[in-house]
Amino acid sequence: MNYEAVIGLEVHVQLRTASKMFTRVAAGYGEPENTLTDPVVLALPGALPVLNKEALDKIIKAGLMLGCAIAPVCKWDRKNYFYPDSPKNYQISQYDQPICLRGAVEIELPGAARNVMGEHKSIPLTRIHLEEDVGKLTHGAADSLVDYNRAGTPLMEIVTDPALSSADEAFAFLTALRLSLVQAGVSDCDMEKGQMRCDANISIRPVGETKLGTKVELKNLNSISFVRDGIAHEIRRQTAVVTGGGAIVQETRQYDGEAGTSTAMRSKEMAHDYRYFPDPDLMPVKVDEAWLTSIRATLPERLFDRQRRYLEQFALPYTLTSVLVPQVPLCEFFEEAARLGGQPQAAANWIANDLQRELAAAHLALTDSKVRPAHIAGLVQLVETGVISNNLAKEVFVEMFATGEPPAAIVDRKGLRQSTDTGELAQWVAAAIAANAGAAAEFKAGNEKALNPIKGAVMKASKGKANPKLVDEIVRKLLAG
Amino acid sequence: MAADLIHLPAAALAALLDANKISSVELVQALVARQQAVDGRVKAFNSLDEAGALALAAAADARRAAGQARGPLDGVPVGFKDVIAVAGQPLTCSSKMLANFVSPYDATVTTKLKAAGAIPFGRLNMDEFAMGSSTENSAFGPTANPWDLSRVPGGSSGGSAAAVAAGEVPLALGSDTGGSIRQPAALCGIVGFKPTYGLVSRYGLAAFASSLDQIGTFARTVEDAALLLGAIAGHDAHDSTSFRVEIPDYRAELAKRKGPWRLGVPKEFFGAGLDPEIGAAVQQAIAFYRSAGCEIKDVSLPLTAEHAVAVYYLIATAEASSNLARYDGIRYGHRSAAATDAIDIYAKSRAEGFGEEVKRRIILGTHVLSSGYYDAYYLRAQKVRTLIRGEFLRVFQDCDALLSPTTPTAAFKLGEKSADPLAMYLSDIYTIGVNLAGLPGISVPCGFTGGGLPIGLQVIGQPFQEAALLAIARAYEQGHEWSQCHPAL
Repeated sequence: MNYEAVIGLEVHVQLRTASKMFTRVAAGYGEPENTLTDPVVLALPGALPVLNKEALDKIIKAGLMLGCAIAPVCKWDRKNYFYPDSPKNYQISQYDQPICLRGAVEIELPGAARNVMGEHKSIPLTRIHLEEDVGKLTHGAADSLVDYNRAGTPLMEIVTDPALSSADEAFAFLTALRLSLVQAGVSDCDMEKGQMRCDANISIRPVGETKLGTKVELKNLNSISFVRDGIAHEIRRQTAVVTGGGAIVQETRQYDGEAGTSTAMRSKEMAHDYRYFPDPDLMPVKVDEAWLTSIRATLPERLFDRQRRYLEQFALPYTLTSVLVPQVPLCEFFEEAARLGGQPQAAANWIANDLQRELAAAHLALTDSKVRPAHIAGLVQLVETGVISNNLAKEVFVEMFATGEPPAAIVDRKGLRQSTDTGELAQWVAAAIAANAGAAAEFKAGNEKALNPIKGAVMKASKGKANPKLVDEIVRKLLAG
Repeated sequence: MAADLIHLPAAALAALLDANKISSVELVQALVARQQAVDGRVKAFNSLDEAGALALAAAADARRAAGQARGPLDGVPVGFKDVIAVAGQPLTCSSKMLANFVSPYDATVTTKLKAAGAIPFGRLNMDEFAMGSSTENSAFGPTANPWDLSRVPGGSSGGSAAAVAAGEVPLALGSDTGGSIRQPAALCGIVGFKPTYGLVSRYGLAAFASSLDQIGTFARTVEDAALLLGAIAGHDAHDSTSFRVEIPDYRAELAKRKGPWRLGVPKEFFGAGLDPEIGAAVQQAIAFYRSAGCEIKDVSLPLTAEHAVAVYYLIATAEASSNLARYDGIRYGHRSAAATDAIDIYAKSRAEGFGEEVKRRIILGTHVLSSGYYDAYYLRAQKVRTLIRGEFLRVFQDCDALLSPTTPTAAFKLGEKSADPLAMYLSDIYTIGVNLAGLPGISVPCGFTGGGLPIGLQVIGQPFQEAALLAIARAYEQGHEWSQCHPAL
C-alpha cells in the first residue's frame, strides 16, 4: 500500500521592533543576560502592559502581505501556565480572535534542473496571531539559569492548514515565508538567533484516504534544512511503523538534526488547561480601514510577483531571476541599471554574477559597492555598441569595482577602445600570419580551427583592442588572397 | 503644638505650612511621635522610614523657604497602603510571600505625589494582597480599630483607615476592589473615596483583580479627599485602562457646586441584614439632604442586590488567580528552602508564602476559569456585570447620586468572622456593586452607634463625575461635626 503525508506547520517569528511588545525596553539579541528588563518584563508587583503599536503594525503588514483577513478588533487573552521562562506565569496571547485569519503562502518546489522553474503552489494559512516570547533557560548540572532578555519580544505564530504533503514543500514554504517577511521588514527571521522557529505536525494515510491519520508533533527543528530532514525522517518512521503492522502514537518528538534521529518527549503538555480569559489589563484595539490603508502603502512587491515580472518585462532567464528575486536591494540595483539603458539581460548578468562574486570576495555589502547601477548600464552599453569587447569589459569591471571610476573613463584612460582601423588591423594580421606560417598552411588546407592561433596572436599584439569580427574578416581575406 | 497637629485635616496643615506657622520637619516629627505612641496598640503600620520622611520634609521646608513650594501637599505626609510601590521601600502586600521585597520603582501615583511634594509616610497594613474585609488576613498580624481596639478596622485597607483615624498620618492611599477603601473608612469614622475605574493609574498597584482595582484616598474631610484626588488622578501612558479625561481642580469645584441634587435611595440597600442603628443614621442623613432642598427618589437595584456578591467573587477570584501567578519564588519573593526543582519551588513557595484566604481565592479563581466551567462561571458573570452596570446607569438618568449605608454593621470584633468567609464577604454587600459598575463612591462619617462605633454614609456617583460626588458628600459633612470626633487612644 502507498502512503501520503499530511503536514501542518506552526511557525513562530519574532517581529523586528525597536522595543518589546508591552513595554518600552529595547528588544534585542546578544546583550548581556537580563539587561533588557524592567518591572514589566520581570513581572514585578504592580507592573502593567501597554501595547507597542509597532508590533501590531508589523503583524498586520505580514497579514496583508500574505492575503489574510485582518480582524476589525484586536483582542488580548491570557494563557495561564507555570514555567520559569515565563515571568508572569501567563503569556499575553490571542485565543479566539487572532488578528489575521486565512491567507496563503505561495511556494516554489524544486525544478527538474537548476535552470528549470519548479511547480508553484499556494499553501493556505489557518491564522496568524500575536503573543509574547518567553525567556531563555540554561540548564546546568545543579541548577538552571534564566535570561529574560528575550521575554516580552513580540512573536507571531503562523499556523498552516494541514495542507503540505512533503518535506520539500515544507522547505519551500519556510524559504518563501522567510523571504517574504524579511523583504517586508517584519522580521529578520534568523533561525540561529531563534527569530524563526518551526514545529511540524505530521501524519500519514493511505493514498486516497480522506481522513487524517494520527499526528505526531515534531519539535526542535532549528534550521530550514532540519525541518526538511526531520519531516522526511518522520514520514519514513511512520511509514515503517504502519507497514510493519504497528500504529502511530500521538506524541511530541524531538528531532536531532545532527544525528538525524528523533526521540519521544515526555507528554507533560497533554494535560494542560491554559485557562484562557481576556486580559483585563489591556483594552481591545480597533483596527480601522485608514490604518490598513496606511500599512498597505508600505507593502513590498510579492516575491513571486516580482519573479514573474522579471521573466516577462525583462525576459530574464529563470536562473537569473532566482538569484535576484530573493534579494530586494539587488533587485532594486538591477532595475535602476536597466532603467538607465542597455540590455536588461546583460545588466542582470553583470549584477548577479560578477558584482555578487566580487562583493563576496571583498567581503563587502551591496551598499558599500563603488559600482553603482550607472556603472553597469554604462558598461553594458559600451559592449553593446562595440566600443569594447566582452573580454575587455571584464577588465574594465575589475577596474571600476576597485576604484568606482566610470567605465567610459577607464576605457579612454587606458586606451581600450576596440581598434576598427583596418590599416592597423591588417598590419597586425599580416605579422600574425607570418609568425604562424604552419597554421596558415593548415587553414588553407581546410582546417578551420587553424585560424585560432592566428587570431589569438592578433589579439595579443593589439592588447585585446582588435575588433574580433574585423580581425576574422581580414585574416580570411589575406589567406584567401 | 505637636499634639494639636495630629488630628488636623491636611488642608489645615497646608495652611499652617504656607503661613510658616509650622515646618514640615516639625509635622513629620509630631506624626512620628504619635505613631510611636499609639501604633503599638493600633498596628496600622507595617514599616515607617522615619529618616527618609524627615529628609523629604527638610527638602520641602527648603523649597517653601525659597518660595518654590509645589502646592498644598508640599511637605504633607501621606501614608501608603502596602500594596502601592514606592522606590526603595518595602512592598509586602502584607504577605509572607513579599516580606522582604523592596520595590525598585515608583507607582504612577507615587511619582505624582512626589512631584507635588508629598512625603511617603509609612507602609500601612492590609489584608494580604487586599483580600479581606477586616485586615485580619495580614501575615504581620491584624490592625485594631482605633475606636475600640478589640474590633477590626475593616479591610482590606484597614491600616490606612486606622492610621488616619488614630492621628498617625493626615492622608493615606488605599485600594478598593470591592469596598476596601469605603468599608474601613466607615468602620474607622473617616472619609474614604474610591474614584471611577480608570481615573487613577493602577501602574505600581500590586494587582488583585485588574478590572475592579482602583486606588483611592483616606482623609479626615471631603476637602482633603478632593485635594489628594487632584494630585493622583489623570491619564497614564503606563496603564492601558486609564482614561483620558479632563481633571478639574476638585477642591475648587467643591465651593462652586451647591446643589440641590436629585438623590436616589436604593431600597434593596436597606433590607434584611442591615443593623437598625446604621439604618437609622443613614435615614437621618437622607432627611438632612431632603431638608437641604434635595429631591430624594426611591430607586431599585434588584440585580445588584441579588447578584453583585456572587458576580464579584467569580470575576475577582478569576483575575486574582492569574494576577498572583507571578509570585512563584523564581525571580523575587519567598522561595521555599525545601524546594528541589522548578515545580517544587512553585508548590512549596506558594504553599508557604500565601495565607489561607489568598489560597482560597486562587483555588476558586482557577476553578472558575478552568476548561468546561469558563462559560458557566466567568463568561456569565461578565454578562451579569454588564447588566449591573446598565442598572446603575439607568438609575442615574434621574439621579445625580445614590445614598446608602456603606456597611451593614459597624466594626465587628477581631476574630468574629474569621472562621466564616461568607459572613465576611457580606460585609461588602453595599460597596461591591460600585466596583462592578466602575463607579465612584465615597464613605463619609454619619454618626455613631450606641456603643460609640462610627457609621458611614455611602454616596455613589456617576462615572467621572467626581466633582459632583465630592460636593454632595461635602454638603452633608458641612452640616455635621462628625469629622471633629476622634478616638481616645
